[in-house]
Amino acid sequence: MSEPVTVRFKVNGTAREGRCEPRKLLVDFLREDLGLTGTHAGCEHGICGACTVIVNGEAARSCLMLAVQADGAEITTVEGLATDGKLHPLQEAFREHHGLQCGFCTPGMLMTALDFLRVNPDPTEAEIREAVSAVLCRCTGYQGIVRAVEAAATGWAAPNWPRSP
Amino acid sequence: MKPPRFEYHAPATVDEAVALLVRYGGEAKLLAGGQSLMPLLNFRLSRPAALVDLNRVADLAGIREDGGIVRIGAMTRQRALEFSDVVRRRLPLLAEATRLVGHLPIRSRGTIGGSLAHADPAAEDPAVLTALEGVVVTRSPRGERVLAARELFETYLTTSLAPDEILVEVRLPAMDPRARSAFEEFSRRHGDFAIVGIAAVIVGEGRRCTMARLATAGAGPVPIRLRAAEEILETAGLEDRAIEAAARRAAELVEPDSDIHASADYRRHLTRVLTERAVRRALARPGGP
Repeated sequence: MSEPVTVRFKVNGTAREGRCEPRKLLVDFLREDLGLTGTHAGCEHGICGACTVIVNGEAARSCLMLAVQADGAEITTVEGLATDGKLHPLQEAFREHHGLQCGFCTPGMLMTALDFLRVNPDPTEAEIREAVSAVLCRCTGYQGIVRAVEAAATGWAAPNWPRSP
Repeated sequence: MKPPRFEYHAPATVDEAVALLVRYGGEAKLLAGGQSLMPLLNFRLSRPAALVDLNRVADLAGIREDGGIVRIGAMTRQRALEFSDVVRRRLPLLAEATRLVGHLPIRSRGTIGGSLAHADPAAEDPAVLTALEGVVVTRSPRGERVLAARELFETYLTTSLAPDEILVEVRLPAMDPRARSAFEEFSRRHGDFAIVGIAAVIVGEGRRCTMARLATAGAGPVPIRLRAAEEILETAGLEDRAIEAAARRAAELVEPDSDIHASADYRRHLTRVLTERAVRRALARPGGP
C-alpha cells in the first residue's frame, strides 16, 4: 500500500498523529507534519547524525527510519529536553562550554550524548570522543563538545540529574 | 534525497513475509534495520515495488545459547549484541567486532541478519561469521536452508539467497573458552566501513597453537578465510617469525580490488599488517578460564 497511512506515536510525552505516505522519513514527518523543526535534516543518508532522536529509549537516525515504522513508539526530540523554559543540564553544559557554534548539529549531538551517557555514565575522554564522532560538527573542532559532555557526565552523578526527559 | 514510492507491508510473522516476497516475485525488498537500505532508497539507487518490513516480526529477535551454539535471531540489533552477556562470554570476537560497526545510534537499529544479507564485504559481521564457522538459517516456500559463509556470500552485495528467501537466524558455535581473539581494522574515520579488517581467533598453549582462525573484511568481494596462513601458525607455532610468515601468507591469499578508498596494493599491505596485529593482540589477552 503506497496510499497514505495513519501514524500515531508519543513525542516528548504527548500523543500525536498524522497521515503520510509510507515513504515519508521520520525526520520529515517530525518537521513537516508535526512542526517539530528542532530535529535537523542534514545528509539524509545516516552519516551526519544531525537528525538523531531517541526512539524507545535509544538514539537513532530519523533519516533512516520511515515515519510509519515509528507507529506506537515513544520518541524524544530536542524539544523535549528543556522543561518550563529551563534548559536541560546537558544543554546547560553545551552552553557553558561552547559546545556549539552554528548549532546545526546540536540537536543530534545532544540526543547522541544523552543516549551515550545513559549507557556509559562515567566515560573516559577517549570514549566521549568516539561517541560524539557519531555526529559531524564542522564548526567547533569538537573541543567544546567534549568538554560539555565531560561536564555533563560529572553532573550525571548527582541524584537529581534528569536522566530521561 | 527522499525514497521513491513503494508499497509498504509490515507482516507479523515470517510466513506472511515469505508470502509477500512470493507475491512480488523479486520486486520487493526486505527492510531490516535500514542502516544500509534506507540510504540506498533515499539516494534512489534502489527502487523496489514494495518494502516488506521485518521490524514487526517479534520472534526474529533474540539471543539464546543452545547446546554450545549461540542462536541469534536475524532481527537482533547490533546494540543488543553489544550489551549481551551471552555474546560477551561466549562470542568475545563478535562483541569486539560489533563495537566497530558504525556508531551507537546506527547499532540501535542495525541488525546482524541485515548486515549479513546486505553482504557488504567490508562489514564486520560477515568476517565474524566466516572466522567462527557459523551458519545462517533461511526460510522460503521450499522450506529451510542452512548456509555456511562461503555458501552465502557470492560477491559484492550479493548472496545466494533467492528473492523469496529470508535469513531468519544466525548460529555461531560458542568460542572455545581457551580461545583468545581480536578484531583489527583500519578506517579513515571512526565508524566508517573498514578499508581492511581482520578477525583472529587463536587457541594455544605457550608457543604451541592448536587452532587458528583468520578471516578478512574489505580484502575482496567476499570475506576470505585465510586457511594457509592459519596452517602456518598451527604448524610453526606462535613465535614472532611464524606470526610474520602467517601475515605475509595472508597478504598473498587475498585478491582485493582498487576503489576510491584504497588501491589493491594498499589493501594487500593492510592485510599483512592487520593480520600480524590481530594475532599479537589476541595473544596479549589473558587466555582461558
